[in-house]
Amino acid sequence: MAKKMLVVDPERCTGCRLCEITCSVKHTGFSNPTKARIHVIKWDNIGFYLPMRCQQCQDAPCMAVCPKEAIYQDQELDRVMVNYDLCIGCKMCVSACPFGAMGFDADRGRVFKCDLCDGDPQCVRFCDMKAVDYVETAKLQYPKMREAGENYSELMRKHG
Amino acid sequence: MALNRKIAYIDLTTGDVETTPIPLEWRKKYLGGRGLDAYLLYKHVPKGCDPLGPDNVALISAGLLVGTLASASARTHVMAKSPLTSLLGSANMGGFFAPEMRWAGFDHLVIKGRAEKPVYLYIHDGEIEIRDATNVWGAGVYDTQDIIRKELGDEETQTLCIGPGGENLVRYATVMTGRKNAAGRTGMGAVLGSKNLKAIACRGTMDIEIKHPEKALEYNKEIIDQVISTKVSQIMQRWGTNFIYGVTNTTGLVRTRNFQYNQLPNSEDIECENLDNYSFGMDGCFGCQVHCRHRYIIKEGPYAGTYAQGPEYTSQGAFGTEVGCRSMNTILVGNHLVNDYGLDTLEVGSMIAWVMELYEKGILTDEDTGGLKLDWGDDEAVLEMVKKIAFREGLGDILAEGPRGAAKRIGKDCEKYLIHVKGMSNLHSDERPTPALALNIAVSSRGSDHLRGRPAIDLYNLPMEVLDRVYRNPDGYDGPLTNNYSEYEGKPRMVLWQELNYMAVDCLGVCKYHTIFLSPNHPTFGEFEKLIYLNTGMEISTLDLWNIADRCYTIERLFNIREGMTRKDDWLHDRYFDEPTKLGLPVARGKSIDRKKFTAMLDEYYQLHQWNEDGVPKPELLERLEIRSL
Repeated sequence: MAKKMLVVDPERCTGCRLCEITCSVKHTGFSNPTKARIHVIKWDNIGFYLPMRCQQCQDAPCMAVCPKEAIYQDQELDRVMVNYDLCIGCKMCVSACPFGAMGFDADRGRVFKCDLCDGDPQCVRFCDMKAVDYVETAKLQYPKMREAGENYSELMRKHG
Repeated sequence: MALNRKIAYIDLTTGDVETTPIPLEWRKKYLGGRGLDAYLLYKHVPKGCDPLGPDNVALISAGLLVGTLASASARTHVMAKSPLTSLLGSANMGGFFAPEMRWAGFDHLVIKGRAEKPVYLYIHDGEIEIRDATNVWGAGVYDTQDIIRKELGDEETQTLCIGPGGENLVRYATVMTGRKNAAGRTGMGAVLGSKNLKAIACRGTMDIEIKHPEKALEYNKEIIDQVISTKVSQIMQRWGTNFIYGVTNTTGLVRTRNFQYNQLPNSEDIECENLDNYSFGMDGCFGCQVHCRHRYIIKEGPYAGTYAQGPEYTSQGAFGTEVGCRSMNTILVGNHLVNDYGLDTLEVGSMIAWVMELYEKGILTDEDTGGLKLDWGDDEAVLEMVKKIAFREGLGDILAEGPRGAAKRIGKDCEKYLIHVKGMSNLHSDERPTPALALNIAVSSRGSDHLRGRPAIDLYNLPMEVLDRVYRNPDGYDGPLTNNYSEYEGKPRMVLWQELNYMAVDCLGVCKYHTIFLSPNHPTFGEFEKLIYLNTGMEISTLDLWNIADRCYTIERLFNIREGMTRKDDWLHDRYFDEPTKLGLPVARGKSIDRKKFTAMLDEYYQLHQWNEDGVPKPELLERLEIRSL
């Protein structure tokens, strides 16, 4: 199967935070954004919204810092996962993540992060704007290239 | 679960805060949101109290489904006795406040008394603190929220607040959250201002249990797909409510120059397509895929470079047709100002349009206006008046009193030109060609208003089978219905049905664009039943929902009657009957409302509601709805 990755486009995001709720309900059965694996960080005074989530790093600080090797790379879905059988709940990974993407659920006593919903991310499924999208990694750059080249192409059509 | 949120009774005079669970019995009878607020209002507001006195009660609530997987379950409802009409005051708004209040543990706040100095409430995870607001008193709506976030050190805090409008007791001041979400009508901001309550800040991290999470997730997807599959939602996603202008102005359904015309010719600049020159993206309320508001930047004049949100269709009237202005930039500035000052855009536009006609007729002179030339289409004069109203300067101080108060102070012949119902001005829609819509504004429980009972789909001349499907359910109505919007027959039922449908969504805290308002194919009672069950576990049948809505709407009626409203308040300005429309397409031109037919409509409307000929709910209705003891 072709490898895919979760991408965000803040220019498309309307800031509705539906991704947060679907994520928290999917993973916990509760509506609670503080337990969602994705958050829309907002700058309300300029109207800029940026969905933040786990980057599924290749050289993941959470994994590197874990004293019990409870965090591992899942090659199949290209994601970083927590093995809860090994996890001791020390929260070193929470401190180490540069993006704030590792959370700690005090009610359930365990860390949590995005698991890409095992290949069917609910945040993507519910976002009609495609501000959050799940795309084939190898083909990721082409739409942007096309968009960037549109002006050139138009000129060629007119004057070429 | 979603049913374990609490109610807090807050006395600002004594500083006492008492929190208790919400009885399940109340849920079954009133659901929550506007419905439960109506019950609480009736119970807690003393008869005949001064709306701006400490005895009035401000109710803030989140509907039953707010923060759940019901789509667009974002609405915050505000209720109190209105300082504008001295009757029912009620308004709701989108944004993110209500869900945050639920995550902080509360569904309803009952606020009475008056703080000695400016305060704000901070609600977090079951706790409520009364905090000093001296440093934000005087600040605009945008700054207030930014300052409170900084003070609390938590950027994710959601705040509702008043601006200078509410502080200065402008009788149509709004309660605001975010950049543009306004609980706009009936002057709820002035009630908060009278209590010295500047803001309520919320931050919650508490779980809301979703009863059947997997099924709720799937059903929400179905509902979202249903909502965004309709043409009107797709247009709203792109243009917001501003698209309506192209249709209504072309047809001749917009109040222009106060109420003299029904169309503004040569107004291409204020058509929605022009927003592309200002807007850089759309903005969504909590959980909403319709995301109908623009994020825009003002281009010209002293406010160039300012970021704001909106404008709604209402502002195209308020700062466009009603005052005869033809500039999108003016509409965007006006919208920004009312949002930051915390004023009802619709009332502001109507008041300015009214005094412009008085100025035209010579009833007001340069002496009355302080030298300001209130000529139609004078953009700067209009924007200057917005400021004067917010800060109560000169003529603005008179207009801040609202239609009735201002008319009393101006005197002369001014009431002849004042368009209002129950002391509240109308949207810039001209209902003379559309009897159903005219009835809707005449009888609405909060004064002239389109969001309480407007059968907007009547304007589409839909096939009868569509109207049958919508308006005969869920109680099996078998009386007349008509699908031509010039007709009088069958319209009272359509108004009544919409009133109860809107009441139901307001109890749930869901946005009206996600129910049958602008599309006949959006969710309604049947879908609500399932949403309530999957999200909360409560089993309430479609017919139960209908009866709950009826019960809550009847309580609003009872409140109004208790506060002195009579049948004559369910009536329109003489101009609706005596001055036919002059412009527009043939279907809208030369139209006025027929007094006799309108009276018959009103009688039929009362009968359908089981109210007597004076508009008072009959004892058997109160018996059936189990509210006899009220």
